[in-house]
Amino acid sequence: MTLIKKALTTSIALATASAMAATAQANMSDNEVRIGYLADMSGTYRDLAGPGGLTAMEMAIEDFGGSVNDAPIVVFSADDRNSADVGANTVRGWVDQENVDMVGGLVASSVTIAVTKVIEESNGLALVSGSAASSITNEHCTPNHIHWVYDTYPLANGTAKAVVEQGGDTWFMLTADYAFGHALEGDVTKVVEENGGEIVGGVRHPFPTSDFSSYILQAQSSGAKIVGLANAGADTVNAITTASQFGVTQSGQQLAGLLIFLNDVHAMGLESTQNLLLTTGWYWDMDEQSREWAERYYERMERMPTMVQAGIYSSTMHYLKAVEEAGTDDPETVRAQMAEMPIEDFFARNGSIREDGRMIHDMYLAQVKTPEESTGEWDLYEILSTIPAEEAYRPLSESNCDLVQN
Amino acid sequence: MTMIFGVPLAAFTGQLMLGLINGAFYALLSLGLAVIFGLLKIVNFAHGAMYMLGAFATLLGMQYLGINYWVSLILVPLVVGGFGMLIERFILRRISHLDHLYGLLLTFGLALIFEGTLVNFFGVSGLRYPTPELLQGGYNLGFMFLPIYRGWVLLAALVVCLGTWFIIERTRLGAYLRAGTENSALMQAFGVNVPLLITLTYGFGVALAAFAGVLAAPLYPVSPTMGSSLLIVVFAVVVIGGMGSILGSILTGLAMGLIEGLTKVYYPEAANTVIFLVMILVLMLRPAGLFGKEA
Amino acid sequence: MATTETARIPSAAMQRQRRANMRRNMFYLALIVIGLVAPFLAYPVFLMKILCFALFACSFNLLLGYAGLLSFGHAAFLATGGYVTGYLLSSYPGITPEVGILIGTLAGVALGAVFGLLAIRRQGIYFAMVTLALAQLMFFFFIQAPFTGGEDGLHGVARGHFLGFISLNDNLSMYYFVFAVFLIGFAIIQRTVHSPFGQVLKAIRENEPRAVSLGYNVDAYKLLAFVISAGLAGLAGSTKTLVFQLASLTDAHWHMSGEVILMTLLGGVGTLLGPIMGAGIVVSLQHLLAQSPLGNWVNVILGLLFVVCVLSFRSGIVGELAKSYRKNFK
Repeated sequence: MTLIKKALTTSIALATASAMAATAQANMSDNEVRIGYLADMSGTYRDLAGPGGLTAMEMAIEDFGGSVNDAPIVVFSADDRNSADVGANTVRGWVDQENVDMVGGLVASSVTIAVTKVIEESNGLALVSGSAASSITNEHCTPNHIHWVYDTYPLANGTAKAVVEQGGDTWFMLTADYAFGHALEGDVTKVVEENGGEIVGGVRHPFPTSDFSSYILQAQSSGAKIVGLANAGADTVNAITTASQFGVTQSGQQLAGLLIFLNDVHAMGLESTQNLLLTTGWYWDMDEQSREWAERYYERMERMPTMVQAGIYSSTMHYLKAVEEAGTDDPETVRAQMAEMPIEDFFARNGSIREDGRMIHDMYLAQVKTPEESTGEWDLYEILSTIPAEEAYRPLSESNCDLVQN
Repeated sequence: MTMIFGVPLAAFTGQLMLGLINGAFYALLSLGLAVIFGLLKIVNFAHGAMYMLGAFATLLGMQYLGINYWVSLILVPLVVGGFGMLIERFILRRISHLDHLYGLLLTFGLALIFEGTLVNFFGVSGLRYPTPELLQGGYNLGFMFLPIYRGWVLLAALVVCLGTWFIIERTRLGAYLRAGTENSALMQAFGVNVPLLITLTYGFGVALAAFAGVLAAPLYPVSPTMGSSLLIVVFAVVVIGGMGSILGSILTGLAMGLIEGLTKVYYPEAANTVIFLVMILVLMLRPAGLFGKEA
Repeated sequence: MATTETARIPSAAMQRQRRANMRRNMFYLALIVIGLVAPFLAYPVFLMKILCFALFACSFNLLLGYAGLLSFGHAAFLATGGYVTGYLLSSYPGITPEVGILIGTLAGVALGAVFGLLAIRRQGIYFAMVTLALAQLMFFFFIQAPFTGGEDGLHGVARGHFLGFISLNDNLSMYYFVFAVFLIGFAIIQRTVHSPFGQVLKAIRENEPRAVSLGYNVDAYKLLAFVISAGLAGLAGSTKTLVFQLASLTDAHWHMSGEVILMTLLGGVGTLLGPIMGAGIVVSLQHLLAQSPLGNWVNVILGLLFVVCVLSFRSGIVGELAKSYRKNFK
C-alpha cells in the first residue's frame, strides 16, 4: 500500500516537474538548443581552430551550465575538410534534419561563404570565428551571420599603418597571386600611401608556393625597408623562414606579416619570426582574465589558445546569454538580442555587433619577441598598442553590404 | 652593370643558382622513381610520402632521441629505406604479377595513409628543424648572399646523384640491376636472387627520397603534406625526361629547376605551371620524352 | 535432320539472350523505381550528391573499365563543368539551368579533347602521370583565373527554373531533375559500352597490338572514349554545381581524382553498376565519418580502402557478387 502510494506521489511529482519544464522550454525548438560546430579538423587550419575550437565551445557550454532555461544544449560537430561543398552539405543536413539552431566555428572563407548562403536560405544563424576574408561582412553579408574575431581589414591596416608610422615607408609587396592576395595588396597599398609611404616594388607568386628563395632574393635587391607579406597560411610561413635563412632582417629589412597567427609563430619559432609586427584580435597573455581562461584551456589541450579559439568561446557564450535573455532559440530574435547586448568579456573589449554582421572590438598591435625576451614555449608576443574598435574595422561608409544604408 | 633581359647579371646568376638547388631535389626524387620503375615497373606514388617521412624521421629523431643532423643524413635513409623494403616484401610483392597500374593505385593508398596519420599527430602547419650549426650563416658570393646550407644541399644532392649513376652504370651490382630491368626471368635462371634484388632496389629508391627529405628538413617547414604536391611536379619531370636513363633523370631534374628559377624572375605568375607547360611541349614534339626509350 | 539441329541451337541461344535481356531490363526498372521513391526515404540533398558522384564515377569507369586507360586527372573535367556552369548561371540570369549544364558539359568535352590528344601519346603508367600533371595545371589555372573566385570559390549559383518555368529551388523537384540527368548519362554509357564502338574499346584493352593489326585506328578510338568520359564528368560537375549552388577548388584537387578511382575500384571496375555503388559507399562513408570521432581519419580510411581493394578485392563489390552468382547459380 505504502509502496503504491509512494510510487504514485513520485509519478505526480515527476509529472509536475516535467510540466514545469515544458512551459519553460515552450519557446525552444525541440526543447533543446542545438549548436553545430563546423571547422577544418584535419587540414591546414586544424591548429588555428580545429579540435581546440570545439573544446572552447564545450567550455563555454559547461561554464554556462549545460542548459538554457532548462533546455539542454546539444552540440553537433563535423569536419568540413576545407571543402565548401562538404561544409554546405553538412550544414544543410543539420538544418533540414536536426533543426540545428546555430552553427559556429567556420574557418576557411570558401566554406564560410557557402555555409552562410545555406543559413540565409533557411533563415538560421551562423557565428563565424575563423575566417579571414573581409568580404564575409561586405559583399557576402547576410542578416543571418555574425563575423566575430577578425578579418583582413584590421590586420592589414593595423599593421601597415603602424609600420609606416615607425618609419618603414618603402615597401616591397610579396603577394599571393589570387583574388585574396590581390585584395590584401590593395588594402595595404592604400594605407601605406595614405600615411606617406611608397610601394617600390613587388612580386606576385603563385599560390601555393613552397620555395620562396627566388622572391626573397628579388625583395632583397629592391632596397625596400619593409617586405610586406600579402599571403596567408603556409605561404606566409614559408616566406618568413626563407627570409630568415637569407638574412633579410640582418641586412636591415623588416618583414610585415599581414595574416599571421599564434600557431604559425609557435610553429616557426622565434628565431625566424623575431621582431615581426602583426595585428591580433586577442592574445592569451595580454591580461589577467585572458590568462585565467587560457590556463584552463591549456589544461585540456596542452596548447595555448589562438584568438580564433578564444573567439569561439566568446561568441558561443554571448549566443547562449542572448538565448536566455530572449527566452527562445528562434534565430531572428536571438540575432536581434545579441546585437542589443554589448560584448565585454575576456576576449572582446568594447565589442558590439554592426548591422552588416561585423562584431567590432578592440584589436592589438603586437610584436614577436626575440628568443632572449621569451620566457617560455608560448611567450611569443608583446602587445604594443590597442587599436580602438571603431578605428580597427572597415567603416560602414565604405561598405558594399546590402544591409547597410549608404 | 651588365643586364640580361632587364635583370642585372648578378641577380640573374643568383636566381640560376637557386633554380639549380630546386632542380637538385627534382633530380633526387625523379632518380629514385626511375630506379624503382626500372626493375619493378611501377610508379611509386608513395615517393612523396617517403620524402616526407625522411624529413619527419630527421625531426623526430632529433626531438626524441637526440640524433643530430649528420647522423640522420646516414641513418634516416637506411631506416626509411628499410621500411620501404618491408613494404615491398609484404605488400607490393603480392601484386607484382598484376597490371602495373595496380602498383600505382596501391602506393597511392599507402601515401594517403602515411600522410593522413601524420596529419593527425602533427597537424599541417609545418614544424621547424634548425639548420645544423656547421652550416649556418652564408657567404656573400658577390652576386648573391648564399646561405651555406643551400650550397651544401646542392653539393650533397649532386654527389648522391652521380654516385647512384656510378653504381648503376659502372659496378657489378648495377650490371645485375640493368640486366634485371631487361629480362628478370633470365637473371633468375642465371642464379641471381631476383626477388631480393627487387626488394633492395625498392629500398634504395625509397632511401634516395628519404635522403632528399633529410636535406629538405632545415630548408622547408616539415609538414605531412610536403611531399604530395612536390611529387606531382616530379611526375611531370619524369614524363619530360622519360624514365629510361639514369643520367637523363638527373639532367632533366636540374634543367627543370633552372627553367622554373628563370620563370620566377621573368614571369612569376607562371612559376607553378611552367614545368607542366614544358611537359605539354615535349609531349607534342617528342612524345617518348627527352631520354625515353619506349615508343 | 542436321538442318533442324542447327536451327534449334541459335534459337535456344536467342531465347537465352532474350531472357537475359529481360532480366536486365527488369533490374534496371527496379533501380529506376528505387530512384523514384528514394527521396521520400532519405535526405534528397544527400541522394543528389551520391547521384552526381555516381555519374562522375561511371564516366571514369568508361575509361578505365572499358578502354583500360587510367586517368589520374578526372577532377579537372568535374571542376571545369562545375565552374563553367556556375559562372554562366551566376553571371547571366537569363540562362536556364539545362542550357548552363549543356554548356558546362561541352566545356568538359573540349578540355577532354585537348587532354586526350596529349595523353594518348603515352601509354600505361605514363598516361596516368600525364593526366595527373595536366589536371594539376588546371588546378593552378582555376586558382588564378578571375572568374572562379580563387580559394573562396564561386558562390550563389541560382538553381533557376528548368525550361524556364519549373522551379528547382525545391529539393524534391531538384532531385528528380538530377535523377533524370543521371539516367541520361547512364544510358549514354550503357549504349556506348554495348555498341560496336564499345566492343572495339574492349579489344584494345585486351590486346592493343592485335587491334592495331586488325586495322583499327586505336588512337582515334581511345580519344573518342576519353572525350565521352570527360564530357560525362563535366556533366556530373555541372549538375553538382547546380545542386550545391557553388563550385570550389575541392573539385579540381588531385584528391578528387583519387576519390573517383577509389569509388570505381570499390564498386567494381568494368561493371556498369559498380561505380554507382562505390560512389554511394564513399560518399556515405565520408558523410558518416565527418560527424564521428573518427572524422580526422577520413584520408587514412580511404587509403586503407585503396590498399584492401588492390590487394584482395580487385573485382570490387559488384564484380565479386557477380562472380559468386555465376559460381552458385550457373
